[in-house]
Amino acid sequence: MKSSVITFPGSNCDRDMDVALNKFGFKNKMVWHADTELPKSDLVVLPGGFSYGDYLRCGSMASKSKIMKSVINFANSGGMVMGICNGFQILVETGLVPGVLLRNKYLEFICKNVFVKINNKNNTYFKNINNNILELHVAHNEGNYFCTNDQLKEIEDNDQIAINYCNKDGQIEDQFNPNGSIKNIAGIFNKEKNILGMMPHPERMIDKSLSSEDGSIFFKNLINNIK
Amino acid sequence: MIVNEQIALDHGLKKDEYKKICDLLERIPNITELGIFSAMWNEHCSYKSSRLHLKKLPTKGKQVIQGPGENAGVVDIGDDDAIVFKIESHNHPSFIEPYQGAATGVGGIMRDVFTMGARPIANLNSIHFGSPQHKKTKNLLRGVVHGIGGYGNCMGIPTIGGQTSFDSSYNGNILVNAMTLGLVKKNKIFYSKAAGLNKPVIYVGSKTGRDGIHGASMASASFDEKIEEKKPTVQVGDPFTEKLLLEACLELMAGDSIIAIQDMGAAGLTSSSIEMASKGNLGIEINLNKVPTREANMTPYEIMLSESQERMLIVLENGKEEHAKKIFDKWNLDFAIIGKTTKSKKIELFFDNEKVADIPVNILVENSPMYDREWKKAKLPKKNNIKKKDLSSLKIKDVLKKILSNPNICSKEWIWQQYDHTVMGDTIQKPGGDSGVVRIHGTQKAVATSVDSSAVYCWAHPLTGGKQIVCESFRNLISVGAKPIAITNCLNFGSPEKEENMGEFVECVQGIGEASEYLKFPVVSGNVSFYNQTKDVGIKPTPSIGGVGLIKDYKKMITMDFKEIDNLVLVIGKTEGHIDQSIFARNILDEKNGPPPEINLFNEKNNGETLLKLIESGLIKTAHDVSLGGIIVALSKMCIKGNKGINLKKPKYLISEIEYLFAEDQGRYLIEITKKDQKKVIDILNKNAVHFDELGIVNENILYINDKTKITIDELRSSNTNWLFEYMSK
Repeated sequence: MKSSVITFPGSNCDRDMDVALNKFGFKNKMVWHADTELPKSDLVVLPGGFSYGDYLRCGSMASKSKIMKSVINFANSGGMVMGICNGFQILVETGLVPGVLLRNKYLEFICKNVFVKINNKNNTYFKNINNNILELHVAHNEGNYFCTNDQLKEIEDNDQIAINYCNKDGQIEDQFNPNGSIKNIAGIFNKEKNILGMMPHPERMIDKSLSSEDGSIFFKNLINNIK
Repeated sequence: MIVNEQIALDHGLKKDEYKKICDLLERIPNITELGIFSAMWNEHCSYKSSRLHLKKLPTKGKQVIQGPGENAGVVDIGDDDAIVFKIESHNHPSFIEPYQGAATGVGGIMRDVFTMGARPIANLNSIHFGSPQHKKTKNLLRGVVHGIGGYGNCMGIPTIGGQTSFDSSYNGNILVNAMTLGLVKKNKIFYSKAAGLNKPVIYVGSKTGRDGIHGASMASASFDEKIEEKKPTVQVGDPFTEKLLLEACLELMAGDSIIAIQDMGAAGLTSSSIEMASKGNLGIEINLNKVPTREANMTPYEIMLSESQERMLIVLENGKEEHAKKIFDKWNLDFAIIGKTTKSKKIELFFDNEKVADIPVNILVENSPMYDREWKKAKLPKKNNIKKKDLSSLKIKDVLKKILSNPNICSKEWIWQQYDHTVMGDTIQKPGGDSGVVRIHGTQKAVATSVDSSAVYCWAHPLTGGKQIVCESFRNLISVGAKPIAITNCLNFGSPEKEENMGEFVECVQGIGEASEYLKFPVVSGNVSFYNQTKDVGIKPTPSIGGVGLIKDYKKMITMDFKEIDNLVLVIGKTEGHIDQSIFARNILDEKNGPPPEINLFNEKNNGETLLKLIESGLIKTAHDVSLGGIIVALSKMCIKGNKGINLKKPKYLISEIEYLFAEDQGRYLIEITKKDQKKVIDILNKNAVHFDELGIVNENILYINDKTKITIDELRSSNTNWLFEYMSK
């Protein structure tokens, strides 16, 4: 399975994602933001970091970079595109997924383990996954997902919510929401479910010396689904 | 402008220093030259008050590749890998403008590390604030934490450890010390020594603006009521540009184009160019019109003294200019050939076709002032009035809860959860333990690192305090199973022009030297920050020590959370009941006199090395060093982290229970072992003549102190965690 990770100026989880994808069997290529052609890929990942220093608005400048034209074409033709953290912010800026990501409710960067409940398994990302709850890690300043009521209705009607913040038993409540996001949303799909944007970093939880191994569950399942 | 003595004084130079400049030059300097002298000869850059004493520190060791004198120290960790590390202060700017001051402190220390060719792999910091009740404290704390996070998070380097304290002596002068570790291959270390004639001198990174002019001079003076006016001397950071600069430099460093490289830190273009020339025993010629500037009409004086961030100076091999330029173009960074190396041994600056400065390099460097300042031996601590019989009336549970929520003991989670501590995917011990630990990517090895200071002990007795911090650093590394290698120090003191402060400095340095010599834990880099003083009031002497150690197999790393019910807990090292200067004496008894706990270097080394042997033999489940708050605070933290309790045995000592539990005797560790290994462990301890007491047995969730006193883990946790969150949300 072939994957591509895009490096924007200021990306800083690109290597971590490369390590994770290779570890679970992808043949990954790093792609420079100023390139125009995307290599043949089964999965394209927009990694975390601070593309363009988060200047103007997180993700906004990266969404206009050269490679993004190819990424958008790839996504619109049904290709799998996953944006993690800053990658999610870039996805909302391109409009590939609905909504926006505001500054965290408490106006502070937050770096900690969180639990998320998988809301929809009827897609290539989460199909066949045994777990309903994953322990992942967030590290962001702008992860407070927000959208209009109309958008929210549409998202819910189309079952576009991918994961919600919860506790270890899967209860989705305010107190388990690290950033104030609407409905505890931690990740969403586009309508067709080939595009996933999420704040948590599965690539930081891929072996047992790290603070959880649930990222491994995610990646192992992902590559099996793509095969 | 014609320079005169008054202008020199306004630049922070002393009368005799100005006279020396005129004598050495055999003429009156012009204003640009005067600016250069003031930048090179201030305390921050010249170490004029400290040099004499720093020479006494042990700096060599089997694993030391580079000691003090370069951008950072370098130690060997085997397999051609080396760790580059250093700590540096950014105290003065952080008080004036906490966000930018702290942010650029972090940026500056990372540049020091990647200038040497190393990719940063971990950041730490040691930050000290005034009393929590002081009106400025909360905003300063918030600003500093946001600044450290803002810069380090954007760079994508995990912040894995630190230390925070509160003390009214920092009310007018907070301390912000930032430390970075980087990883480099031994044969790819870059130095700042220029070599060869007519080699191009290259400027890369951000453009030069008017920010930070005289930053280093500002950091070399005490504060007064007009300090707010100094805001324009604080630099403004841009971590995004630094991230690009890091990647571009490492890309260029992969080849063989670079002869020498130096970041533009304190005193900017001035100190970087002079340092490279001085080390290479060469001259440098610069055309200042070629320097990329951010603002129009900048004068040579401003260009030379700007402390704009994220800039580097490189001496390239001839013919590599195009290759290098391509890399910096790719990363959208300025690249300019601004000069060349010469045989003149002078620094020669040109602007608008005129020579605007012409100074022999050796005058600036070798002839820089060095002072043997007067100093007073520290007074012996006053006797205190602690009456042992009064202690028995105290309720242990109340005392413990109060101490756990003390600002200097409580959990600092509010701080470190704002730092990305997991990026790069190799953090195997997060902040909140004895040391932060990161793996060496793709290997079995890991490095442990911690930063420590003990201002109260240093204030009560500087010599003992100096020794104590080195020992504490040693213990923190050993507690996670790392073999200590070397340290970096950041020496924060008041004005060296006051004999008492200078005395504190001299004696602390002596203590640091004695301990690091004995423990074979050499000092490989560091920084001195004097003038942490507002008018007549100086800070408590606060040397910070950053220690680095190696874990050969990261799977053998030890953490401090209790692991299993029914396991046995021992305390290694002798508990004599030293209460003076403890957090208990100061906060419960309100007694500030008395000596700090004594340091016995033999015991420190022996206890530590024996524990390391036990760890390497796989006999230790959990370890934690005993520091502030004594045995009971250490135990409480192990309970909280492991979500388990302990049944304590009655101590067999002649001292009271309170003394036993709260004393801050040194050289001690708590360990958890299985009952099965008990005999083996005790044999090894006995064989090595290491004193130990049995403390108790791990249980499900209650800390049983004695028949009458028990505390649940939840109570311990809420006492320990809530204070800082509540303080910051008010």
